[in-house]
Amino acid sequence: MKLLRLIPSNTNFDFLRFKKIAFIFSAIIILGTIVSLLINNLNYGIDFKGGILLELRSNNSNNGNIDDLRNKVSTLNAGEVSIQNFGKETDFLVRIQKQDGNQKQQIAMIEKVKSVTNKDYNVRRSEFVGPVVGDELKTAGMLAVSLALLSIMVYIWFRFEWQFSIAAIIALTHDVLTTVGLFSILKLEFNLATIAAILTTAGYSINDTVVIFDRVRENLRRYKSKDHYFIYNKSINETLSRTVITSVTTLIALFIIFFFGGAVLSDFALAMIWGVLIGTFSSIFVAVSLLTFFNINKGDKVEDQPNVPEYER
Amino acid sequence: MKSLSKIRIILILFSVFLGLVYAAPNFFNGSLQNNSINLLPGKKINLGLDLKGGSYLLLKADMEVVFAEKLESLMSDIRSSLRKSKIGYKKLNIMEDFVSFQMRKGTSVEKIKSVILGIDKNLIVKNNTDIFQIEFSDANKQKITKTTMMQAIEIVRRRIDETGTNEPSIQQQGSDRIIVQLPGLDDPSRIKKLLGKTAKLNFQLVHPTILSEDINKDSKSPPGYIVLPEDKNLDRFYMVNKRVMVSGEMLKDASPTFDRNNSPSVSFQLSPLGGKKFGRVTGKNVGRAFAIVLDGKVVSAPVIQTQIFSTGQITGAFSVQETNDLALVLRSGALPAPMIILEERSVGPGLGSDSISSGKIASIIGLIAVMFFMLITYGVFGIFANIALFCNIIFIIALLSMIQATLTLPGIAGIVLTMGMAVDANVLIFERIKEEFNAGRKIVDAIEAGFQRAISTIVDANLTTLFAALALYSFGSGPIKGFSVTLMIGIATSMFTAIIITKYLVLFYSKKKDINNILF
Repeated sequence: MKLLRLIPSNTNFDFLRFKKIAFIFSAIIILGTIVSLLINNLNYGIDFKGGILLELRSNNSNNGNIDDLRNKVSTLNAGEVSIQNFGKETDFLVRIQKQDGNQKQQIAMIEKVKSVTNKDYNVRRSEFVGPVVGDELKTAGMLAVSLALLSIMVYIWFRFEWQFSIAAIIALTHDVLTTVGLFSILKLEFNLATIAAILTTAGYSINDTVVIFDRVRENLRRYKSKDHYFIYNKSINETLSRTVITSVTTLIALFIIFFFGGAVLSDFALAMIWGVLIGTFSSIFVAVSLLTFFNINKGDKVEDQPNVPEYER
Repeated sequence: MKSLSKIRIILILFSVFLGLVYAAPNFFNGSLQNNSINLLPGKKINLGLDLKGGSYLLLKADMEVVFAEKLESLMSDIRSSLRKSKIGYKKLNIMEDFVSFQMRKGTSVEKIKSVILGIDKNLIVKNNTDIFQIEFSDANKQKITKTTMMQAIEIVRRRIDETGTNEPSIQQQGSDRIIVQLPGLDDPSRIKKLLGKTAKLNFQLVHPTILSEDINKDSKSPPGYIVLPEDKNLDRFYMVNKRVMVSGEMLKDASPTFDRNNSPSVSFQLSPLGGKKFGRVTGKNVGRAFAIVLDGKVVSAPVIQTQIFSTGQITGAFSVQETNDLALVLRSGALPAPMIILEERSVGPGLGSDSISSGKIASIIGLIAVMFFMLITYGVFGIFANIALFCNIIFIIALLSMIQATLTLPGIAGIVLTMGMAVDANVLIFERIKEEFNAGRKIVDAIEAGFQRAISTIVDANLTTLFAALALYSFGSGPIKGFSVTLMIGIATSMFTAIIITKYLVLFYSKKKDINNILF
């Protein structure tokens, strides 16, 4: 049987030659993120903004359409309302801003929407998030992302040299920022699931980075006479096949969630697909490239000796 | 490690067997529940509300109201303590969040302080020459909050239980919040209505001469009286005596019924003590109107015709549903604090089952696609990785069922994602074997070296991913927590399956076949 070979063995690309181009690319997308955040901000979902969300399905496709629904809801004077198709022709997502007044008004608004639509639509899902909870979730989300970054940084610092930890954390922040940027630029709804996607992306990206760093560390000891540039390139090349294959299997899984996992999960999958791509890019072109700015010790300290397997002793 | 330890093989096979046994119940439909499934020890995975449909409510007890009430009773405690100790005072009243009074000349400040601290040693007593200020300390407030929440949870549970909702879950969150989960209930409006009332029932006498017709909400009330609105008609008011003659705590039972005119009403029965009190008051006040006050609104104010003891009827402009609900909340007792709904999420059964089926489809296609890719990339070794991957899925399902973790829709996404990421360990190992072989090692040595070397990388890589998952868990609300749990379990099981199971399969194969060329 002829087996699939995505990456030939013994590649010898000079990845670091593209360091400058890669940095410029990164700078552009980060700048894009910042500009988009300033102009568009984030399209916060009700999880963070507070408000009301209803998912409706028309039970009679002749009567149920987006204009009809818009007319019905507009009679309620609910303030800012957004109505869109969700997954299917017959499914709609109705978002309503936080109502003036206390919690009772919010709950009452859900009932009102239900009562004007209940002839032609079934309520599949209804959500209400108060502004207090929204703010708390926002804080908790930021805290979780920072906590994850920090604990990863500390772990890498203990397992590797401090330079690796700096490089890894910059690469990781780069991934997190640009994923946020993707949501801002495409105006996708930024909600709890997005935070989950960002953290998982961070997990994936650091996984990728650690694999390459592990090889860098090993090669630093093995090729003491060679310069850092050679070692970094060699390490990327040696792990390239693995990097690509794992990205492909993960992307396969993600595309399947995107296409078959239902409308609720599609934005989540999209964020992760971007995350895997940018995470793979940043492991090579950000994390490893950053190492070139440090003069990392090639490990002549005794405690840094690698575990040599018994058959090699 | 070159020989295949029999004990280890048995242990591995046994763990796979256990995984299969515990995962098995999930593969039978509810309708297939016959004897054979009952023999299995495990349970099915606990599905989250987003998958099985249901409602989630986050309630907050309005503690400000409770503190204000407690301040009232603190004031009367202070009054009686000062009187008992024969200490003169004037201008005893409540300002914002403290009680204040002015002491009369010639009293010792120390004595007043000790009398007040005698009520509760945690109170904060301040004085500016002769003006005293008494307020609750944080310890006081914490204690009040704690007891309030215990009662509130109990009452919330009673009210929900009475509606016959299946397996409700009611738990405290933080200091003053309650999470209510109601599986299978996609429209929680009745529950919200029931929890929206504190249902404080009081019987208070109405002023004998000031009639409802003569007053509005701004009317000045004589000392000891207060203007209260009518429940159904907020433009109608009553002049009601502040003193509560009988309160809802003395209620023994309440049930919906119909009055003489056949309109819906609620009949109640008082406890022996309540009955005695009720008898005394009604006996003395025949001919006066007696207001039935619910949550600060007058439900009705019938004129006392004759002395009544333990039973009575509440009439008003009620519908049948309203009398049912009123009887229910009266039976369950009053909530110690008003409940504010901070968050509500309801998923209908249709969406839930749609999510399950799309989750199933995504999982199956995902599994097949990843397996196919591994097969065409690694051939025989790909089959080994696929066996490990399959075991991994079985372990994830088994562990989720065993610890009865809640599987949510993002959780299913977590499983599919794990399929993609779990093979990473195998990819690392196989790539390493290939490298070692290409570097001129014999195949058996290359296999050994590949596993040895890849392990430290795998551990490092997985541990860092675990940190991200842990952060996610700590952040977690419902569905997100579910996602992080599956992710963490997936990371743990994939290390076992990808390293150990694959290793034994590869070793077993290389022993049997005496291979001497790399297969991928």
